[in-house]
Amino acid sequence: MFHWLEKNPFFFAVGVFVVIAYAGIIEILPNFAERARPVKGLKPYTVLELAGKEVYKKDNCIACHSQLIRPFKSETDRYGQYSLSGEYAYDRPFLWGSKRTGPDLHRVGNYRTPDWHANHMWDPKSVVPESIMPAYKHQFTNLADLETAYAEAVTVKKVFNTPYGKEIAPGKAAFEKYKKDILLPEALKIAKAMKRDDLVKMVEQGKVPEIVALVAYLERLK
Amino acid sequence: MQSNATLEYDYSIVKLFIWTAVIFGFVGMLIGVLIAAQLAFPDLNYLLGEYGTFSRLRPLHTNVVVYGFTLSGIWASFYYSGQRVLKVSINESGFLKALTKLHFLLYLVIAALMVLSLLMGITANKEYAQMEWPLDVIVVLTWVIFGIIMFGLIGLRREKTLYISMWYYIAFFLGVAMLYLFNNMEVPTKFFSGGLGAWYHSVSMYAGTNDALVQWWWGHNAVAFVFTVPIIAMIYYFLPKESGQAVYSYKLSLLSFWGLMFVYLWAGGHHLVWSTVPDWMQTMGSVFSVVLILPSWGSAINMLLTMKGEWNQLTENPLIKFMVLASTFYMLSTLEGPIQSVKSVNAIAHFTDWIPGHVHDGVLGWVAFMVFAALMHMAPRVFKREIYSKSLLEAQFWIQTIAVVLYFTSMWIAGITQGMMWRAVDEYGNLVYSFIDTVSVLHPYYAIRAFGGLLYLIGVLMFAWNIFKTATAGRRLEQEPRYRSPMA
Repeated sequence: MFHWLEKNPFFFAVGVFVVIAYAGIIEILPNFAERARPVKGLKPYTVLELAGKEVYKKDNCIACHSQLIRPFKSETDRYGQYSLSGEYAYDRPFLWGSKRTGPDLHRVGNYRTPDWHANHMWDPKSVVPESIMPAYKHQFTNLADLETAYAEAVTVKKVFNTPYGKEIAPGKAAFEKYKKDILLPEALKIAKAMKRDDLVKMVEQGKVPEIVALVAYLERLK
Repeated sequence: MQSNATLEYDYSIVKLFIWTAVIFGFVGMLIGVLIAAQLAFPDLNYLLGEYGTFSRLRPLHTNVVVYGFTLSGIWASFYYSGQRVLKVSINESGFLKALTKLHFLLYLVIAALMVLSLLMGITANKEYAQMEWPLDVIVVLTWVIFGIIMFGLIGLRREKTLYISMWYYIAFFLGVAMLYLFNNMEVPTKFFSGGLGAWYHSVSMYAGTNDALVQWWWGHNAVAFVFTVPIIAMIYYFLPKESGQAVYSYKLSLLSFWGLMFVYLWAGGHHLVWSTVPDWMQTMGSVFSVVLILPSWGSAINMLLTMKGEWNQLTENPLIKFMVLASTFYMLSTLEGPIQSVKSVNAIAHFTDWIPGHVHDGVLGWVAFMVFAALMHMAPRVFKREIYSKSLLEAQFWIQTIAVVLYFTSMWIAGITQGMMWRAVDEYGNLVYSFIDTVSVLHPYYAIRAFGGLLYLIGVLMFAWNIFKTATAGRRLEQEPRYRSPMA
């Protein structure tokens, strides 16, 4: 049979494909129906949090930080309750990471405060003297891309039925209204909790720096 | 049937991919050395402002070495050996020749856009699949073109039986195509939101645990189908050619090939041990990883035994050195991986530096060594000149071998140390170390690793110089060498 296959490339290729696709069909498909359900009470990310998640992605925090607490006592002691599948139901993409050069962040919102984050992101050594993490000062001046985050919320609502309310709707006008009524007040609260006047001033002018969105996202991780 | 002598193979596309392999190899590993040094000396994070942090550069390093250096090496080898084992020249079809040029051109476009977008932080943030959807579209197009060329050449072939290397190239094409398509399924947000936001932004089709499953099904098998399958294709061609020995066992190559194809895909689950994916899947990942030792060692042993009775060549020919050591590192790496997949070991190893350590004994020792050997074997035949310097090649071999050993031993120690410190408790059951304690302790190992990386990079520079001088100043060859590559 093998000799025959080696003379018939078409059937050879079909054979290879069947053999390699087989595992995916058995391993991946059954999980899709089963594991996509959110845990009780889980709310979708607000647009500000989504914008923060984009900052998290842009500066590639997963290079050094995981968001997956494994079911060991040493991990639950350090980081809190081990992670549940349903907690990730709205994570597109998932941000588990694969390397902990820094600590896990899945429940960082439980034990760090916005002003701690502000100090830490401005100069990590000011709060953790031996830290090898770089400072992310540019996040204090770069503005978060709120419109794209809003577009993402609209998209997941439409395509994946993520349970957002009426305030998430397509179009520029809907975005502007959401920004003024919901997003900016939420950002202002975070900026004030970060205890930095420059950030508060920027948000009051309608501009949301990346760091404010990022901290909103980190605060949400509980 | 035509004989070798009358068939003029077309090497123009081979030469182009040889040069990109050399350039991307240097650039990718330079970034690698920089980010390794950043972990030991954090001040190096500030060389390029916001674009120079470890986190921003790390995906650039992986993408440039995986998709720049390695893929270039694979394609150079495919276009070289593919023509020869199929007994067909690209020159015989104007259409296919034009497609090879398009293939290279699109590849450069992707490379340029990839570097720019990753520096700017435009990323889908899935490891080894960071590129956003517009780039994914060009990648798929390029892959289809590569497929048309490969199956076109197969269609025109004179040698009816496909050589072992071709089996692996076909699997390379199909495997990457399937995995890439499924893992990069994403929804562009601009089209669904009434034209809001950035046009290149997208959101993954899968969420949470499902996304993780698809990602590591890809992530692991990108290793399978980029770092293993085509590299085996290369060694099955270049080792017998360079040594003048016949492949040791046809049956062993059959067993290894079909075994590898069947087993590899299952092993993806070992990246998700102790995560929130179902338990049975984690167990399957562990079990199949261990089974994977069989086909992996099958290929490696087949290659080592090919040298049977001719081991003297190991002392005489640096290219044989590179390939034999590559097979050996392949065996080391494919034994280490399964060990890390075992649940109890994984509990310590996962999230630590042992993982990059494992990756690098595979890629530096196996993949890159094989690429170097392949490029150097091709150089005298493609440029029709003698290899510029044997002693430089010897020196490169030893420097890089020391470099790899420094790299993986330091990362083994670092990984296991940190893994043990994370879980250490005192007599009352309280954690002994704060997280930062487990970071500070790694400093010497990070420094050794960066030094190892620097040595390896020096080796790459020697290689680049050697191949450049071979192409421009090597002694001209009247006749194509049959087996051992001539070197001055």
